[in-house]
Amino acid sequence: MSGTGTPSVAMSGAESSRASLGRVPSTWAQAVILSRYQLRDYLRSRRFVLMMSIVALVGVILTAVVAYFRPASLIDNSSDFYGGLWAGGASFVILFAGIIFGGDAIAGEFQNKTGYFLMGLPVQRTTVYTGKYLAALAASLVTLVVFLLIVVGNAAFYLGPGAFTNLAPLLASFVLALLYLLALLGFTFLFSSLFKTSLYAVLVVAVLFLFGFTIISSVATSLAHIEPWFLISYASSIIGYPLTGTPPHIAHIRSPFGGGTMTVYSPSIPEGIAIMAGYFLITSLLGLWLFEREEFT
Amino acid sequence: MTPSLEARSLTRRFGSFVALDHLDLKVEGAKCVGFLGPNGAGKTTTLKMFTDLIFPTSGEAFINGISVQNDRKRALSVCGDLIETPEIYPSLSPREALEMSGALRGMDHAEIRSRTEEVLEEVKMSDWVDKKIGRFSKGMKQRINIAASLLSDPEVVLLDEPSTGLDPRGMSEVRDIIRGLKKGRRLIFMSSHILSEVVDVCDEVALLDHGKLLFFDTLSNVTSSFAGGTPSVDLSFKAPISDADVERLIVPLPGVAGWSRLDPRRLAVKVAGGADGQSQLLEQLAGLRLGLVGFRESRSALEEVYLREISTGDS
Ligand SMILES: Nc1ncnc2c1ncn2[C@@H]1O[C@H](COP(=O)(O)OP(=O)(O)OP(=O)(O)O)[C@@H](O)[C@H]1O
Ligand SMILES: [Mg+2]
Repeated sequence: MSGTGTPSVAMSGAESSRASLGRVPSTWAQAVILSRYQLRDYLRSRRFVLMMSIVALVGVILTAVVAYFRPASLIDNSSDFYGGLWAGGASFVILFAGIIFGGDAIAGEFQNKTGYFLMGLPVQRTTVYTGKYLAALAASLVTLVVFLLIVVGNAAFYLGPGAFTNLAPLLASFVLALLYLLALLGFTFLFSSLFKTSLYAVLVVAVLFLFGFTIISSVATSLAHIEPWFLISYASSIIGYPLTGTPPHIAHIRSPFGGGTMTVYSPSIPEGIAIMAGYFLITSLLGLWLFEREEFT
Repeated sequence: MTPSLEARSLTRRFGSFVALDHLDLKVEGAKCVGFLGPNGAGKTTTLKMFTDLIFPTSGEAFINGISVQNDRKRALSVCGDLIETPEIYPSLSPREALEMSGALRGMDHAEIRSRTEEVLEEVKMSDWVDKKIGRFSKGMKQRINIAASLLSDPEVVLLDEPSTGLDPRGMSEVRDIIRGLKKGRRLIFMSSHILSEVVDVCDEVALLDHGKLLFFDTLSNVTSSFAGGTPSVDLSFKAPISDADVERLIVPLPGVAGWSRLDPRRLAVKVAGGADGQSQLLEQLAGLRLGLVGFRESRSALEEVYLREISTGDS
């Protein structure tokens, strides 16, 4: 614009496309728009490569173990096969996806100052939170589906057409895994919203899930003798039940460390669903409530 | 509708520190307002409350009569803003970033495409439209931020030191952009430390210090309020000039109210009598054939007023 021409950035009155009150899309429509660009950013990021490497690694290890041991119990029918490979791996993949895509989702907006760009737009805080949640969900789903394909590929190799004869249990298990993903992302988003620093958010969630909940769970069952129904990790064990069957609610097994028996609690599928849905609802509402009150200082 | 901005008793504390103290300010109509004040005066704090980035401790901010605190989405829908230096998702290109802001603002595809071209051309970033923003320099990112704030051709534009991080040409380009913006019916509210920029583009100025509004008036009222003072002019000569010559030849001239030396060839001379006094002095000096090569105001009137007001505020 230096030199001759008149700056054209100002549009003249009549044909102006001027932003007006009525034109801004609804809160939900904006969340979907935002999530599209956020997902694009995720899919191009190093963290997506990292996540895919984790999925590949898990896939390779499972494949190698089955190839080496060829456990008869697994390769005789598809439910056992999926119960062994999919169920355990899926919650692991979901946990990492939740941490990698959700851990810094909100904290990063503060830390990297990208939130300052978004919040300058006519959007509700809820829109930003929801849009980011949807994007993290989509990115996690991509990795989960890739993992599923690896498992199904293996099954097809060992079981041939038998891998596809009875898919309903696998589908049910996938739906439960999805519910776990929803709840886990709600949880990581809450912590991400709580700490404005990505590293803290990621660390707290990782430590809680990898150690914290295990410790709490064993304290609850073996010392307090109560069912750890309040733990999302406890509920997540139902993911495999459609494939392996639901174990008894309370089992007394001989302690591997000798001396006496140990009580082992297992949730029923409806109980697990209720716990995970509860986690999803409570953490999402709390996270949203928190984010509504957060300042971009 | 006439664009407007209003702060009603807008106050913000950080702990016990009062960053903004009961700001009452109403700006209305198509014009450009410069928002001045020393570092830490509370300019950014004010603008962040106008965009709902932070919340007031008390009071309220309105854009076009809509409370930002009650309905940020509606209030900001008419507003383009650039507060400090936000970042855009690094893996996006300018095209995608503008597409995202346009879509969130409810612009349609064709509109977004044509406006993207226009605003990127305006900030001289057309060649970078499909490159990743993450690899841009600070000034390039700021240009994209400026483009994004203008994308929807907003009625109200809030800018916090828009030329931060820009090179000298970039700064002059920003001035041109703002001058261009003024051609539309638009209210521009802009914080700045560059007084020459403010004199250049603003119609009105507000001065903030220690969270308090010192004045808000038209630029011409503010600068003429200084007419009572004695501005100083810088004189430069082609060869060194001795103190004796200054005392003998220059001091006796009408209007000269004192002088000091800047370097062997340059003097700062206080001149009474406003613009008339200055022009008389210049003519007389030219007649003396002292080898005068430069004659200009040491500081702009706005700068004088700024310094006077800030120093009385401090004492
Ligand atoms: N998050 C915060 N916590 C504590 N104090 C803050 C915070 N943000 C701003 N302040 C204080 O509020 C005051 C005003 O800050 P502000 O950023 O509004 O100043 P400014 O006028 O924009 O200054 P500058 O010209 O340097 O940009 C400063 O003293 C600053 O220290
Ligand atoms: Mg500032």
